[in-house]
Amino acid sequence: MITLLTENTMLAALLALVGLGTLFGGLLGYAAERFKVGSDPIVQQLDELLPQTQCGQCGFPGCRPYAQSIADGDAINKCPPGGQSTINAIANLLDISAPSLDEEHGEEEIRTIAYIREDECIGCTKCIQACPVDAILGAAKLMHTVITEECTGCDLCVEPCPVDCIDMLPVVKNINQWQWSAPANHADLIATTASGIHEDAA
Amino acid sequence: MRRIWNAPGGIHPPDNKAQSLISGIGHLPLPEKLILPLTQHVGTAAKTCVLVGEKVLKGQKLASANASISAPIHAPSSGWVTAIEERPVAHPSGMSAPCIEITCDGEDRWIERVSYPDYQQASALQLRNLIANAGVTGLGGAGFPSAIKLDGAAKKHIDTLIINATECEPYITADDILIRERADQIIQGIDIISHLLGRPKTILIGVENNKPEAIAALNLYCHGTNIEVVTFPTKYPSGGEKQLIYILTGKELPSGQLPADIGIVCLNSGTAFAIKRAVIDGEPLISRITTLTGEACGINRNYEVLIGTPVSHLLRQNDFDQDLCSRLIMGGPMMGMSLASSEVPLIKTSTCILAPSHTEIPDDDPAQACIRCGLCSEVCPASLLPQQLYWYSRAKDHERLQSHNLFDCIECGACSYVCPSNIPLVQYYRSSKGDISNSLADKATAAVARERFEFRQVRLEKADNAREYKREARRLSTEQAKLASPSAVQSTGSSAADIIKAAQLRGITKQASPEQQRAKLERTLLAAQMRLDEAEQRLLQVTNKGSADQQTQQLASVEAAKRKVEQTTQRLTEVSH
Repeated sequence: MITLLTENTMLAALLALVGLGTLFGGLLGYAAERFKVGSDPIVQQLDELLPQTQCGQCGFPGCRPYAQSIADGDAINKCPPGGQSTINAIANLLDISAPSLDEEHGEEEIRTIAYIREDECIGCTKCIQACPVDAILGAAKLMHTVITEECTGCDLCVEPCPVDCIDMLPVVKNINQWQWSAPANHADLIATTASGIHEDAA
Repeated sequence: MRRIWNAPGGIHPPDNKAQSLISGIGHLPLPEKLILPLTQHVGTAAKTCVLVGEKVLKGQKLASANASISAPIHAPSSGWVTAIEERPVAHPSGMSAPCIEITCDGEDRWIERVSYPDYQQASALQLRNLIANAGVTGLGGAGFPSAIKLDGAAKKHIDTLIINATECEPYITADDILIRERADQIIQGIDIISHLLGRPKTILIGVENNKPEAIAALNLYCHGTNIEVVTFPTKYPSGGEKQLIYILTGKELPSGQLPADIGIVCLNSGTAFAIKRAVIDGEPLISRITTLTGEACGINRNYEVLIGTPVSHLLRQNDFDQDLCSRLIMGGPMMGMSLASSEVPLIKTSTCILAPSHTEIPDDDPAQACIRCGLCSEVCPASLLPQQLYWYSRAKDHERLQSHNLFDCIECGACSYVCPSNIPLVQYYRSSKGDISNSLADKATAAVARERFEFRQVRLEKADNAREYKREARRLSTEQAKLASPSAVQSTGSSAADIIKAAQLRGITKQASPEQQRAKLERTLLAAQMRLDEAEQRLLQVTNKGSADQQTQQLASVEAAKRKVEQTTQRLTEVSH
């Protein structure tokens, strides 16, 4: 066998290459199975950054589909509830420049929560079916109510209500949620530009 | 002589303590009303256990601890609970918070007090419960419930107990005067804590060297005990917990750890006094020493005030001049907060009410650009980089703020104090801390929302699948039935057709001619009228000698008969047209 190989270098080289190919192919195949990544990690990361209101203002049915779409190359500025800070975070993650919010999809507004005017509710269950996070409680012909802690303020329950008894009210901050605001006026630069020093000199 | 260490950074602002130390601890006349906020401590608000209108005695529990980190609140004087509602409280936001209002009856009558003079016989748990039930919280300013601090410490090996009598902030002299006048009781309190903690090896009282009288008083009572009074040069902020631990022991508390993790417990001298009161006298925490000072007050001195006393009551007694005052500050000039109104009550953490004149503490000059002089990092007691933090705070770069240990900032204000450009650095840090905590909270709620959304998707998918499966099963079963007995299917098919035909026939036969219908209706009308006559006769009989029940029954049947007659007449007219 060895003599055969030493005499036929062509055959030896061929065998060696085929052997190596099989070995590494096997290794790669095993690794692909063993260290399999279930879903696209970038989609996961993008989904983490989105506000999870599941409001669909971006045109996709929920945050994860939009995350998938961004991963496939969609614009990153379609999320009004997330606002500029979310856009900045996504831009940072994808290492691209941050555009401003696309107002076609809505404007950045203060956070609101749905409240059902319970006297007027007829118990039609339409809002329950619309709620993406199961935050509305009730049954047919019985009054419905919103679990305020779970409400994301997505607005999706308002439109299906046949008696218009759902209000979107701004979240009221109590004394425990209050936070210091940043100082309003800050001097940005020492006046070294023409408008500063040169005018004074002149 | 014990070795002391020099803490990093620090400043030497004018201490302004002498003016409030001229006279001793004063007492105020009882205010008309006391307002007790339910949150006077770090943690969850206490839960009220009295009702509006209830009569309460001095020392009676008004609200109980509501969670693992919470503290009860007691009535500082006897009287009636006149309101439980939102009132303005001392908070930088100027917002309101739930409070209990007590209208004092002037009798100041105590509830029965349960005291433990022989605390040495009591177990640590008993003492801990006494302290918890007395609502004792840290009196140095932060207000962490003391029982919980001691609880956490009891689970670890504690070898050093530090009593913080530093009182490094300018103007405040509450601890100083308390030590001067009641050092014996403070030492008793320290002994209780020491017993509770299993007699730690070292007990130190840290005092700055600007309080010679207090040091003398402490030395007098510590003589012959294992308590050591340690003095060190005055520097702000030596009284911070981490700073004091370093000055006295040379140990640096790692970021994010508690003193108990390195075998140290640190309590304020005022807290030790409150613990003595709670255990030996059975008195809950209903009063504290508060310094009233500043040029806008005629009299500068310390008062033993009832918790819940409105600041305005304190000011009225002391020739307060509103026009002279630039702003009211609760706490010291470095870390205190401006009060929006003088109607807010004093709480367990109110060390000082400062009413400075316009010249004493002028309004802030406008901030100018940072000139990168680096003074702030020289004075930072936590060895942070205030200037970097400032830039990152302005850029809202939360990641970098955290990696530069923003949360180790104790908000002492030394950096803002030295800043030549008057940049309100601490406010930047506070706002960034709030932003970061909020964004973390948002992340948590977003995670919950995501989970609920995904769960719903799965549920809907399952329901869809189940429907699809059922439909498929039905289709299959009919197909199978067809295949099994085609003749049966045919027969059932023909029988179905027969049924339809029969029904149609019935329909046709039922469609009688108008004459037949009219005849039928006329018969019905006749029968109905007869029934009505009969019913009316029976009603007459019943009204003569029957019971009320029978009467109503007959009345109903007459009504029914009348209705029938009416209906039939109507139908009849319809048919005849």
